[in-house]
Amino acid sequence: MSMHTILSKRSGLVAGLAVGFGLLLAGCQQNPPEATQQNGYRGVALEQVQSPKRLAALAEVNQASEVIPPGDRTGPRAAQAYQNVKVLGDLSETEFTRIMVAMTSWVAPGGVSGSDEGQGCSYCHNLNNMADESKYQYKTARRMLQMTREINSNWTNHVGATGVTCYTCHRGNPIPTQTWFTGAGHPKNLADAGGWIGANNGQNLAGKFVGRASLPADPFTPLIQFAETIRVTGQTALPTGKHEQIAVAERTNALMNHMSESLGVNCTFCHNSRAFGEWKDAPPQRVNAYHGIRMLRDVNANYLAPLNTTYPATKLGPEGDAAKAFCATCHQGVQKPLNGAPMLSDYPELGKPRP
Amino acid sequence: MGLLTTVDYQNIFTRVQVRGPDDLGIPIAKGIYERGTKTSHNYWFGKLGDAQVGPVYLGVYGLLSIACGIIAFEIIGLNMWASVNWDPVQFVRQLFWLGLEPPLAKHGLNPFIPLNEGGWFLMTGFFFTASVLFWWARTYTRARALGMGTHVPWAFAAAIWLMLVLGFIRPIAMGCWCEAVPYGIFPHLDWVQAFSIRYGNLHYNPFHAFSIVFLYGSVLLFAMHAGTILAVTRYGGEREIEQIVDRGTASERAALFWRWTMGFNASMESIHRWAWWFAVLTPITGGIGILLTGTVVDNWFLWAQHYGFAPSYPAVNPPVVDPSLLPGAR
Repeated sequence: MSMHTILSKRSGLVAGLAVGFGLLLAGCQQNPPEATQQNGYRGVALEQVQSPKRLAALAEVNQASEVIPPGDRTGPRAAQAYQNVKVLGDLSETEFTRIMVAMTSWVAPGGVSGSDEGQGCSYCHNLNNMADESKYQYKTARRMLQMTREINSNWTNHVGATGVTCYTCHRGNPIPTQTWFTGAGHPKNLADAGGWIGANNGQNLAGKFVGRASLPADPFTPLIQFAETIRVTGQTALPTGKHEQIAVAERTNALMNHMSESLGVNCTFCHNSRAFGEWKDAPPQRVNAYHGIRMLRDVNANYLAPLNTTYPATKLGPEGDAAKAFCATCHQGVQKPLNGAPMLSDYPELGKPRP
Repeated sequence: MGLLTTVDYQNIFTRVQVRGPDDLGIPIAKGIYERGTKTSHNYWFGKLGDAQVGPVYLGVYGLLSIACGIIAFEIIGLNMWASVNWDPVQFVRQLFWLGLEPPLAKHGLNPFIPLNEGGWFLMTGFFFTASVLFWWARTYTRARALGMGTHVPWAFAAAIWLMLVLGFIRPIAMGCWCEAVPYGIFPHLDWVQAFSIRYGNLHYNPFHAFSIVFLYGSVLLFAMHAGTILAVTRYGGEREIEQIVDRGTASERAALFWRWTMGFNASMESIHRWAWWFAVLTPITGGIGILLTGTVVDNWFLWAQHYGFAPSYPAVNPPVVDPSLLPGAR
């Protein structure tokens, strides 16, 4: 074998390795590349990474619904015109009908496929007597209207003037697509069985709602239904005796993962990159997120969780609880639900009750 | 110039293997039992290092270490498998997510607690630590038996220090076994992140910074030294010990290279002291940093700002106030 043959053999091997390595790296390349936007002082990693491809994929589900032309605000009130109107009685008859029509298209345009629960108006109403309260959907809808008005009038520090309508969460589905039950996020058959071996403390599986991390899979029950400790970072430079465990920090971390995923943002959308616990130098969005967490506590504890006695057993979670809301319920992958489409200005009837 | 001097090292693989008679090493004093004399040769080992395999010395420490290690490994693995209800498919799919968590906070430092509330974890910690310490004793006694210095055992001890701080010393100082690190691939990584967030960003811990300096420094020294020696192997530079005692042309060229490029050179011996100290100081300083966290400092960012270690930057966003401090906060 001549020296030349040895050299060309070696060159072939090197070339082969180089091509193989190149292909391996090409497999890691995001396509299309992600766009990075700086939103803080230079050099402190305050930036947002957005994937145009991901945003395009989310555009369809985040289209606002078509607005029904506004109705005449004068005339007799719905409370007088119809029987058993307990929430929207302050509207005019036309406004009331308009909201009913809109709700039908927002929540139950096609009903539940494969079920005999009815569709359109009959999803909630007994068509022979529209004031009949016997359907659980009727009772639920009434409570949901109260919740919507509560959010639009008392949680403006989170929803601003944009507000919410049924469509913000429902998007044409009788049950919003993004909800959670207590203990959710882990496959049912892998739930911690107790016993003498294999405790996972509700974590250490790929958690569905916490960015597939091994963090606690249900940080929602303690943190956005109940108001357990969410702030874990030391408040002073030196220890003071008050001490949060690492496990508590992991729970907060899990909720933050959910928040980040639901809005499609980095940690630094809300946090000072150098110290997550510090409010100084934190982007203003953090204030909005703070109120969002409190809003969810109100919504879950006072409106959604108590509906477990209203729903049929088939609609309840593994622990007999009602479906509840988290960030993804409205946000569905984008910073502003429905990409910021104004909801309340199109349907002011769902705002603060008029005197 | 014989055949050997024409051997060149251009790959990570040794391209020419020399086979001589089995090398049983120096004569040593009779140990607990006679040292094994079985050796064999493996072609593929020869690609990476020396082709000779054995003689192996296991000894009492080696046996105890392996036995304790297996017990710890089994407790962790069986707990992980039990946590997916003994489903073999899920055990493989979720293996990187599975873990064995430290004791619940309510048990404090109590060593006698229910198995499923941290008892398994404490047992694992006991056997795992025993395994590592027995292995340390093995490296120490074997080094002494060969009349070597004990640099390797002490370097190993530096790593053991960091391990003991994380799983034993710091939890005791904090008064709770729950402060220990879980066993598991992703669980221990999530723990690290939560730990840093809990204590106000570990990057502002100066001992963490020291540890990173020594870690990256080790990498740099390793690359400089390995590159230098490989570059002068054509002059016999890989025979470093001979070059220390009787400086040859390889050493001269290597030294001149560094004087040319950076004006100063380590000696053939001192470069190994540099590398050894950088390596052992990585876990030593890291362990100090972990031990101070929570015991002496509760928020490293605030601490670093107080001492001017963390700079302030011009505000870009309008200032915000913690909403929980405002009147009417809910």
